[in-house]
Amino acid sequence: MLSLPLSFELALLEVWRNKSRFLLISTVVAFITLLVLFTAGLAEGLGLGNREYIQNLRADALVYSDKSELFVSASRITQKTLRDLRNISGVDAVGAIAWAPVALVTANNSVGVKVQLGGVIPGQPGEPEVVEGSQLSGKRENVAIIDRSTAIRTGLKLGDKFQIRSVVARKDELYEFTVVGLAGSQQYSLQSTVFVPYQSWEKSRPRAQLETDVDAIVFNLGLVRLSDPTNAASMRRQIVQSVDEVLVVDKQTAWENTPGYGPQQSTLSLQRGFTLLIALIVVGSFFRIQTLQKVAQVGVLKAIGTRSGTIVLASLIQIFAVTAIGVLFGVLATLGLAAVIPPTVPIRFDGSTFASTVVLMLMIGPLGGLVSVQVLLKTEPLRALGLAS
Amino acid sequence: MNTDSEPILETREVLKSYSNAGQIIQAVDHVSFAVRPGEFVALVGPSGSGKTTLLALLAGLLQPTSGEVQIGGQQLSKLNDAQRTRFRAQKIGFVFQASNLVPYLTAQENVELMLKLNGTLTRERAARVRELLARLGLETRLKNLPAQMSGGQQQRVAIARALAHQPDVVLADEPTASLDTERAFQVVQTLGDLIHEQQRAGIMVTHDLRMCRWVDRIVRMTDGRIAEVVDSPQEILALSTTTH
Ligand SMILES: Nc1ncnc2c1ncn2[C@@H]1O[C@H](COP(=O)(O)OP(=O)(O)OP(=O)(O)O)[C@@H](O)[C@H]1O
Ligand SMILES: [Mg+2]
Repeated sequence: MLSLPLSFELALLEVWRNKSRFLLISTVVAFITLLVLFTAGLAEGLGLGNREYIQNLRADALVYSDKSELFVSASRITQKTLRDLRNISGVDAVGAIAWAPVALVTANNSVGVKVQLGGVIPGQPGEPEVVEGSQLSGKRENVAIIDRSTAIRTGLKLGDKFQIRSVVARKDELYEFTVVGLAGSQQYSLQSTVFVPYQSWEKSRPRAQLETDVDAIVFNLGLVRLSDPTNAASMRRQIVQSVDEVLVVDKQTAWENTPGYGPQQSTLSLQRGFTLLIALIVVGSFFRIQTLQKVAQVGVLKAIGTRSGTIVLASLIQIFAVTAIGVLFGVLATLGLAAVIPPTVPIRFDGSTFASTVVLMLMIGPLGGLVSVQVLLKTEPLRALGLAS
Repeated sequence: MNTDSEPILETREVLKSYSNAGQIIQAVDHVSFAVRPGEFVALVGPSGSGKTTLLALLAGLLQPTSGEVQIGGQQLSKLNDAQRTRFRAQKIGFVFQASNLVPYLTAQENVELMLKLNGTLTRERAARVRELLARLGLETRLKNLPAQMSGGQQQRVAIARALAHQPDVVLADEPTASLDTERAFQVVQTLGDLIHEQQRAGIMVTHDLRMCRWVDRIVRMTDGRIAEVVDSPQEILALSTTTH
């Protein structure tokens, strides 16, 4: 029978009576936890900043022009394509989005904040749902829904007026809009967003000529909602066959093809992986050195009749306790910092990523400790008499 | 010493050989002897004569190449590894050379460890541990860590640890190696007194014949064999008081 209480006692007394040494390694674990969590938070924050709008779309198929290579700004979707889409049976609703980078000017910020101005068809997919205020109405009103990040960065509230500044025919032009709705965070391409009816968009976007034909608007993407979303994959294939010169993908494919999204996410997850690996090596080495320093003592414990299992268990309990304390402090520090960083910093803590990171960090102790366990198992009680081979 | 009682420890023709670069070394060569409860035996002999190897065989830390070791009627060769570990915890007390206490346990905890290993630590036993430590002059050191005690004090704690669980056999390998003569004498004398009082079979390996003043028998080894046994009190006194 293994002596569990004895293992606990040996493990914890050793930690308690060598507090500073173990505190040091707990501190290292705490900092690494903080680093790993922030890397994960940054990956999540940047990822969200890129995909949020697409992820929130109530659409089952995103339609690009076929030469766009899924590059949104290279994609051109005309009103004709949208009509074709509407005519396909099984299509419930067809919306569209046209993007333009503009500056948002308010009474107390004349320099302007860079935002993505989205032109949408009111009432159709593409127009984000408001959490406050009302949806867009009328194709040509100068009304806007702003997303939460725009609201935070500009201080705009429902009913406020603001101006869009665009370069039109080489001159700055200002177009006035009224905030009618506030949406949740709907960032696109890491920028805050403002949504207006497509004809108002066409009139206020940056362009080479002053005159525009609001009915000749060209969108970037067509957004299709299906009557039966369970059948989405085959419907997407059918759309490609029945409409000329289009590419059709699901939302995930769309955001994964946002410029920079893939490399950014893989860089950050690589960084997270390496940090975890470093943590593993640091914790493993610390406990290995610590174990090697006490082989004589372990030999004595075995010689006087302590079971190997008891000694190994004590060591694992100790490693786990020291790592867990470090992780706990790391988590507390992360939560503390998260509470004070400004909301515009692209760091978001997603519950499941957070939890999986914590679990991984907790596993580092026992994993790193395996080397020590091997040392402990190999130590012969004969060593106590100076006879070990 | 009770000369009538049955031996508690017996070895019969114990042989331990090692093959070293094609050569066979008989580290312990057909050794037979017996120790009764309350008897304190010194193992002496030149370096390499097999003293430590014999001690390891007695504790079941090494398996003999042939022959048999028996403690309290139990043949050690009949036990498997786990049983031998348990057997050591119950029946054997160890005193090693130097600083062999668990560094993060206090004097009292180091001694109580033997009782915890056996699951026999009670309030009453803990009180007896304190008495034993007091007997060894350590009543003010109960809560000290080994690093806060002198070498002699540490060895006295080790003696208490070797006796606390009331083992059949107490084995000591050069317990005074790290002590000055004065402290060494004190330690061995106390060890001898306790072995006699508590009726344990005590075996102490030593280089230093002066430490044999408190033993009942001196077993001299050479080349793994028992070369000489001295058991008359006069001879022992003579051997241990001649200057070497
Ligand atoms: N694992 C081993 N492999 C080979 N030879 C060994 C091994 N262990 C011990 N020996 C040999 O057995 C002999 C006895 O060694 P042992 O350590 O028992 O002597 P000792 O009497 O305790 O010596 P000392 O007084 O120096 O401690 C020596 O010749 C030693 O080299
Ligand atoms: Mg020796």
